[in-house]
Amino acid sequence: MRALIRSSLLVGATVLATDAPASELGDAGRGEKLFSQCKGCHQIGRGAENRIGPHLNTLFGRKAGGLEDFRYSKSMARAGAAGLEWHAETLDGFLENPRSIASGTRMSYRGMKDDGQRADLIAYLRVHSDSPRDIPEADPTASGTDHDVDPEILAIAGDPEYGEYLSSECKTCHQSDGGDDGIPSITLWPVEDFVVAMHAYKEKKRQNPVMQMMAGRLSNEEIAALAAYFGALEED
Amino acid sequence: MALNRRVFLGTTAALAATLTAPAAIGQARPRVVVIGGGAGGATAARYIAKDSKGAVDVTLVEPTRTYFTCFFSNLYLGGFQELADIGHTYGTLAADYGINVIHDWATGVDRDAKTVTLAGGHTLSYDKLILSPGIDFVDGAVPGWDVTQQNRMPHAYKAGSQSELLKAQLMAMPEGGTFAMIAPPNPYRCPPGPYERVSMVAHLLKQNNPTAKILVVDPKEKFSKQALFEEGWAKHYGGMIERIGPDFGGGNVKVDAQAMTVDIDGSVETVDVCNVIPAMKAGRIAEIAGVTEGNWAPVNAADMSTKADPDVYVLGDAAAQGDMPKSGFSANSQAKVCANAVRGALTGSKVFPAKFSNTCWSLIAPEDGVKVGATYEATPEKIASTESFVSQTGEDADTRAATYRESLGWYQGITADMFG
Repeated sequence: MRALIRSSLLVGATVLATDAPASELGDAGRGEKLFSQCKGCHQIGRGAENRIGPHLNTLFGRKAGGLEDFRYSKSMARAGAAGLEWHAETLDGFLENPRSIASGTRMSYRGMKDDGQRADLIAYLRVHSDSPRDIPEADPTASGTDHDVDPEILAIAGDPEYGEYLSSECKTCHQSDGGDDGIPSITLWPVEDFVVAMHAYKEKKRQNPVMQMMAGRLSNEEIAALAAYFGALEED
Repeated sequence: MALNRRVFLGTTAALAATLTAPAAIGQARPRVVVIGGGAGGATAARYIAKDSKGAVDVTLVEPTRTYFTCFFSNLYLGGFQELADIGHTYGTLAADYGINVIHDWATGVDRDAKTVTLAGGHTLSYDKLILSPGIDFVDGAVPGWDVTQQNRMPHAYKAGSQSELLKAQLMAMPEGGTFAMIAPPNPYRCPPGPYERVSMVAHLLKQNNPTAKILVVDPKEKFSKQALFEEGWAKHYGGMIERIGPDFGGGNVKVDAQAMTVDIDGSVETVDVCNVIPAMKAGRIAEIAGVTEGNWAPVNAADMSTKADPDVYVLGDAAAQGDMPKSGFSANSQAKVCANAVRGALTGSKVFPAKFSNTCWSLIAPEDGVKVGATYEATPEKIASTESFVSQTGEDADTRAATYRESLGWYQGITADMFG
């Protein structure tokens, strides 16, 4: 196991040193490791579903904001309506600086600055894109929903009215229109992801001390209420 | 009742909204007057208007057309924000939330008649009055200084022209000159504020005037985030900052604004720029309304109503509420509890239990942000602290940079929460 960690560190170092132009096809294997940065919100591979972010199977050729069953930011929907489609080139620009392509995207990711890393990630996304038969017969790689939260807690039906009141405390920092500048958007998160994240803060498995403190005093019912409220929030 | 409802609906749609308001049936919409358009007042006005969906008539009285937030004004001094970045107007509150925004000074409150008088001559009637006037300075707190001297020795503790003046003075300081700050005694607005200001001034001078000196004259033994600031000052601004605490006469200071001198316990220093932050008290309208005891207005923790009058509420810096620091975040937090209670009292909407929280971010140097925060609950006696945290000394650069970015996000969040 230790040897494995060491060799993956070496891979990491090589990736950092790579400075290949993004137009060259990257290494999907390295891209798979980089995808760990995306897993918290996006699923890819067999059984992938929309979570906080849309699933990323068959992404190439997809219109921006193009999945019917995912609620995108207005900004992303507008970009799609204006003709933005996902291909290596457009993905490269978006991954380098998401807000330069869709200023109001709810994606809480600041951008991948290294050209070579972007090429590797795009190569990995491409593996899952050409056609369904290209999806490897492997388990989904996304682990955003790995957790040990009690199913009974997850099953609590939250009261959105109470959630709206409680949410006023969240909105001092988290903007309800999904704006994200140093503090991530939590608007329209799926209920389960919201509940899992809040319990992770409560148990101090997630690190931010402000959030540990805020979540620490919320009851299971209050977390459910907030999840119900934010999960259904309309953009202003 | 059904007949009445039809009659009402037939008459005016606006009145229909008041049908759910037990206090208001048969009369005009219940009226809330909010005095002060900062973190407490703007938030309270917006939440009452937004959540009552027009059932409550909300008037916001704020003298300035462009409100400059005191939070982040130190970042303007340090060159991390433009003044325009921290200025906000009230157009959205008026247009999108239906709030009647009046740019005027409130000069009188008649609690028996339930009216507020404005400097412009108008009188406003209220069912509930919310005062969020921020701070004023205690007369004679620093001998030799009063507000008539504020152009020679700015306080810059209400943001805007005073911040601009202080920055201009700092930029014009002679090479190797001395900047003095007279720090305030407890309690005062924004506990880390003077020390973040020292950090930002040091950053500015390091760029423009690296041999300049900073002298902090402080009546307090200890101050907020002290270990973090002192670590940062040694790391980023070694040798530039000297702090004189009460043991060395920091509590016995007077100034002469014409001579530009600071007298510290009998020893007179000539300085080039002097920032006097005097002892503070509740904004004057709270005193005029007769809801203060001493310098501040005591309030009930459950809803921010004053001890003096259940129909008058005080938010933010002006309130004596217990354990919360006088910060914009605290005022915003208290405003939401108050808005929920006021709306409940006027329209019969559900009132949820009070919850309060606060976090104060400070910038020490570029990408070196720290924070302190706590949660609070309402007890019969006061707003009481339940849990707290503070950044640690020796944190790595990534953590500090993330904390700074978080503060930028918070600024966007809270100003959207205040001004819509």
